[in-house]
Amino acid sequence: MAAVARLKFRKPGTGRVIGDSFVGRAIRIYIPLLILLVVTLFPFYWMAVTSFKSASELFDFSVSPLWVRDPTLDWYRHLFTQTNFPRWAFNTALVATISTLISLFCSIMAGYSLARLRYRGADAIGWGIFVTYLVPPTLLFLPLTFVIRELHLFNNLWALILTYPTFLIPFCTWMLMGFFKGIPRELEEAALVDGATRIQAMLRIAIPLALPGILAAALFAFTLSWNEFLYALIFMNDSLVKTIPVGVTQELIHGDEFFWGELMAAALLGSVPVAVLYSFFVDYFVAGMTAGAVKG
Amino acid sequence: MGTAVRTNAAPAWHQRRVRIYDREAPLGYLLLVPTLLVLGIFLLYPFLFGIWLSLTDSELGNLGNFIGLDNFRFEWRNTDGVFYTAVVNTFLYTGITTVFKLSLGLVMALLLNQAFPFRRFVRAALLLPYIIPTVLSYEAWRWMFDPTFSVVNWLLVNTHLAAYPGPNWLGVPFNAMAALMIVNVWRGTPFYAIAFLAGMQVIPLDLYEAARVDGATRWQQFTSITLPMLQPVLLVVLLLSTILTFADFQGPFVLTNGAPYNSTQLLSIWAYQWGIPGGAISLGAAISLVLFPLLTFVVAGVLFLLRRPE
Repeated sequence: MAAVARLKFRKPGTGRVIGDSFVGRAIRIYIPLLILLVVTLFPFYWMAVTSFKSASELFDFSVSPLWVRDPTLDWYRHLFTQTNFPRWAFNTALVATISTLISLFCSIMAGYSLARLRYRGADAIGWGIFVTYLVPPTLLFLPLTFVIRELHLFNNLWALILTYPTFLIPFCTWMLMGFFKGIPRELEEAALVDGATRIQAMLRIAIPLALPGILAAALFAFTLSWNEFLYALIFMNDSLVKTIPVGVTQELIHGDEFFWGELMAAALLGSVPVAVLYSFFVDYFVAGMTAGAVKG
Repeated sequence: MGTAVRTNAAPAWHQRRVRIYDREAPLGYLLLVPTLLVLGIFLLYPFLFGIWLSLTDSELGNLGNFIGLDNFRFEWRNTDGVFYTAVVNTFLYTGITTVFKLSLGLVMALLLNQAFPFRRFVRAALLLPYIIPTVLSYEAWRWMFDPTFSVVNWLLVNTHLAAYPGPNWLGVPFNAMAALMIVNVWRGTPFYAIAFLAGMQVIPLDLYEAARVDGATRWQQFTSITLPMLQPVLLVVLLLSTILTFADFQGPFVLTNGAPYNSTQLLSIWAYQWGIPGGAISLGAAISLVLFPLLTFVVAGVLFLLRRPE
């Protein structure tokens, strides 16, 4: 009898059990979700609230600090007129775009080669690329200062454009290998039988079919370079070549004095582009994780 | 023509296949050239060069002489035990946060895998901490943990969870370490959640149907279907996350930078402090190189824990 009672019917596709009480769902789903949402989003809320507060209101905790009584855009105005913030934003976007393109170019080819072509050493090289995860930027930044100096790239955005692919390519290659493996081999073989060359089969069939994966890889690469901090901190000393993360942490703090309003305004503006990008492409993001983690 | 191919399809395909694959080697290597070039110049070469640097007395912008293992000796003996603090902290930081990120990520993924209104929006919102530039969100946390104007403490005091004025988050060694971990968990959990969610969505639904018909409870379905099916995702996520947490630099750099009194020192931060502001680049290289065997050790540990039971 108990077993029969538990045998409930599912609405197809939703995973919702018909007859499940609202209170049960609230305790099981809505309340935990609400707690997670509040904890997750509070820092961003605090960032936004702070950026609209006047200097005196910032440090006034006698009334609730959770709301702005007298909103002002002064911090934003100051950020755009008195600091190099617009320049940092431009630099960040430029570096992120070019290093993403370079990484995609390299990892589409490498991913295809490792996932699809059969030759001696393919497995070993695939492993080798994966093992580069064991050598994170933290381990490389000191010797890299010598390499960058040899190439005369200090205070030159090319230093970042060339070094970011070292951590982007392994990730993208690994992710794209998953996508290429998911494309039926027969499609390419049919093209080969019809007289296409190997390169044509790759360009006309495999790469177009892997486009969702390429988009996901691009998204990851762009975000990772937008967020990068260590290399930019060390290779870029001149204010005009800094990226947002470095400019904001190094130049908006004067000695011991923190201009939290301005700092939070900059943090908010620096976060908006990636946040917008993600809200549009969150499905590709999940698909990318699936290909890399589940199939790979 | 079509029928002709079909009648002797097997041998023709087979021959064709062999010939095609014979010709794949040159293209295969050619496609790898750009990747290997970039990784060779900016990853493999600096790595090997870093090993050599750690054995010299080089300074910032000035190659020195070979001094053997003196940097490592100095690191182990002459730094008032900061080296050991950094090693212990690095392990604690990675271990403790990984446990929390793993369990909270699983909970988050289970919740997101349910049907509820505004699911897409909620999923995107919960992902935010992971995608927003770390340095920027950590600046917000630093302001939230401000010694005098901490909104966290304001909330704790006003909900009577802590006595006025509340804990001094970043000024007391234990609290500072806890703060570092809290923010790391806050930032890292969505990564686990999204990977688990991706893994859950490819589990065939009929497994659950069958289990329900057999009278399995929700908990039984979770432990005997969901968890085992998540094994491959778990492996990849754990590996990536442990490596990234172990070598984490930017978050801790912004939040505590080793303070107070080197109590939250991590190997990554310490290497930076010696190498760049301190100018002792070879000593910094020696410190960061310690990460490599430790990291290999940790990764081997993760692989061992998650090995497939035969």
